[in-house]
Amino acid sequence: MKYAGKRIAMLLLTMVIVSFLAFAAFDLIAGNPAEIMLGTQATPEKIAALEAELGLDRPFPVRYGDWLAGFFTGDLGESYHYHQPVWELIAPKAAVTLWLSALSFFLIAAISLPLGLYSAGRTGGRLEGVFTVLDQLCMAVPPFFTGILLTWVFSLGLQWFTHGSFPGIREDFWGSMRYLFFAAVSLAIPRIAMTVRMMKSTVRTELQKDYVRTAISRGNDRRSVLCRHVLKNAAVPVVTFLAQTMAEIVAGSIVVEQVFAIPGLGRLLVASISNRDYPVVQAIVVILALWVVLAGTAADLVNQSIDPRLRLGGKG
Amino acid sequence: MKKKLTALLLLVSLLGAVLTGCGDSSTDPAPEKDPGGAEATARANELTVGIAQDLDESLDPHKAVAAGTKEIMFNVFEGLMKPTSDGDLIPAIASDYHISEDRTTYTFTLREGVRFHNGEPVEMRDVVYSIERCAGDAEGEPLIPALSAIQSMTADDTTLTITLDAPNSEFLSYLTLAILPEDYTEQDTAPVGTGPFRFVSRTAQESVVLERFDQYWGTPAALEKVTCKVIENADSIMMSLQSGAIDLFAHLTSTQVSQLGDDFYVEEGTMNLVQAMYLNNAEKPFDDVRVRQALCYAVDKQAVIDMAFDGYGSPIGSSMYPAFGKYFDESLTNYYTRDVEKAKGLLAEAGYPDGFEMTITVPSNYQPHIDTAQVLAEQLKEIGVSASIQLVDWGVWLSDVYAGRQFQSTVVGVDASNMTARALLERFTSTAGDNFINYHSERYDALFAQAQSCSEDAEQTAIYKQMLEDLTENAANVYLQDLADLVAVRNGLEGLRFYPIYVLDLSTLHWTE
Repeated sequence: MKYAGKRIAMLLLTMVIVSFLAFAAFDLIAGNPAEIMLGTQATPEKIAALEAELGLDRPFPVRYGDWLAGFFTGDLGESYHYHQPVWELIAPKAAVTLWLSALSFFLIAAISLPLGLYSAGRTGGRLEGVFTVLDQLCMAVPPFFTGILLTWVFSLGLQWFTHGSFPGIREDFWGSMRYLFFAAVSLAIPRIAMTVRMMKSTVRTELQKDYVRTAISRGNDRRSVLCRHVLKNAAVPVVTFLAQTMAEIVAGSIVVEQVFAIPGLGRLLVASISNRDYPVVQAIVVILALWVVLAGTAADLVNQSIDPRLRLGGKG
Repeated sequence: MKKKLTALLLLVSLLGAVLTGCGDSSTDPAPEKDPGGAEATARANELTVGIAQDLDESLDPHKAVAAGTKEIMFNVFEGLMKPTSDGDLIPAIASDYHISEDRTTYTFTLREGVRFHNGEPVEMRDVVYSIERCAGDAEGEPLIPALSAIQSMTADDTTLTITLDAPNSEFLSYLTLAILPEDYTEQDTAPVGTGPFRFVSRTAQESVVLERFDQYWGTPAALEKVTCKVIENADSIMMSLQSGAIDLFAHLTSTQVSQLGDDFYVEEGTMNLVQAMYLNNAEKPFDDVRVRQALCYAVDKQAVIDMAFDGYGSPIGSSMYPAFGKYFDESLTNYYTRDVEKAKGLLAEAGYPDGFEMTITVPSNYQPHIDTAQVLAEQLKEIGVSASIQLVDWGVWLSDVYAGRQFQSTVVGVDASNMTARALLERFTSTAGDNFINYHSERYDALFAQAQSCSEDAEQTAIYKQMLEDLTENAANVYLQDLADLVAVRNGLEGLRFYPIYVLDLSTLHWTE
């Protein structure tokens, strides 16, 4: 209980720090929202009036304090650019990004874990070299490139989805999933390659440890040692790695959303930064931070259930 | 044997990893739904247009500033007058108008039976409200400063009389301002106008949906529904065109156009922009007219157009583009022909025999301007001027270059907010708030004042032409071109018309099949 409280406090602290940094960064970079909104028709008077309207004429601590107070009372403010409550603007986009990330994560876990385990068990096979090269290659291709390639083949060629007309999750769930699937694949490929390699080396290191030799010398067969003992020991770093993957998928989705014209958080974030639409950027940054922290927390919890020793460490 | 089996298994699992896409999609209940997208939209009498940026924060036509917003919302709003594709003005919400001999009194008759998109009839009070809103200075400065020339407005149910302080032959152009319903408060998010299309919905960073307005007073639009989809990414734009997701996309580059394929044809118009290397006339070394002229002699416009734009584009020589036939003076275009020796001579005279270093600031979101700057930098090398290109965010450009005037030179395109010469030329008067190049010419200021008090159209045109000459002779900027507007149109879609201002008229578009 005490542990949970500590975790939540850490989580909140992280988010406050992240939001402060984002707020400060925006204050420092050039370009101000009023000037951008008025464009080439701006005059000093118009800018001053708009700044007053948006509350930008107040000093930095007051604005940040205001935002923080709003945040803790569940009010994320209103977008400068869309005159819409930030939450209303973000929620549908967050859903899209979440589904994209979930699909991609599912692909990574479902493909890389069995594949990693399998390849770790086999050394010096005839296809080992081919496999390593393929793994390297997959790791090296950036998702945007795979994205373009997949569009070429599956949209322009085979016409399995229509690039550029994302149906919308609420309107057509399965159609949307099919569309997102291809983006998820392009996002997943390099991470799959990385996870496989990571898994392979972890499992192999474990296999060389004394307890494995002991277990085998006592007459256990190799496969059961692998599944019963090695896997459990190798799981901890892999779970931690997957948690990082979860965070990186979201970061990667910003690029992939652009390539696939998917209306998710990433595109909104990029557009809002260039519009200097602070309330929206703040909210998205905090959501992303929350996502990363939650992924880390989830990994910790899973690891603790795998390895009870970590649980003791957590309390101290 | 076992080894072979393992190898096979590995291969299968790898294939599985690569081809999971096949498995997933083939289990989908309706995998063949989308391919005929293009034909399906044709039959449904609908159109999907791609736009490269989302619309303004406010859809209120009196407040919108972005050219991209006006471009689309042109279809939703109308004024007493409206522009035609030839650059003329025709009555819209007014059925008729009359201008007094001395050009100080304008009389308009309200057209009967015009309705707003919410079903309410357009009444004279709406017209008066809209004009007063633009002329009013509630927020420090009127939305349209030129309307301050109005001395009085009198109106009854059908006739509006506007009296001006002084004769003004451009006044009619400003009455293209949108007429809005008086008691409606949601123009920002759910705009209501009188145009051939009504606004239906907007989703941030996704799309804007318009539908044909069936009670439109004029020729109704052919299309029933138009969806404008926001696609920023250049690769994604091309793939969305090819996949059939969008049917029309304007402002493409020549490279993009060459990749289009057989489903499209290309219409070429002009962007109606004055693209130039704008020089800060108050900043050394550009405060010296000889240096500015030297740059003009060093630059070969046609080479810029050929190299960066595959030959698409019309060269210009002053702050006016060819679509404005009335003011465009062809002879200014070749006022400076490339002459490296002469340029070097002028530089030596000005005290820079070995050239100098300069910075060209370019907004990073406009690839055409970046490409242009690169070609210019090469050309300037030949006269010993070494130019470095600095890319900045659009927001930074607006605050540093445009508002702050902290720059040496910049490559951008300047547009006209309405169809008057004043819209392009007033900014270079020495006291203008948007004179971001700090141009200062007493002759120019005097000519502008003279043009404003001129009641004779021909005479006024002549004065504006002299102002254009002044800009050219003093080499205010290194004028380059009016960019070509290349529009990809899906085969079967016809009726695209270009205007001398930055708008996309959707009302004439129609499918032929």
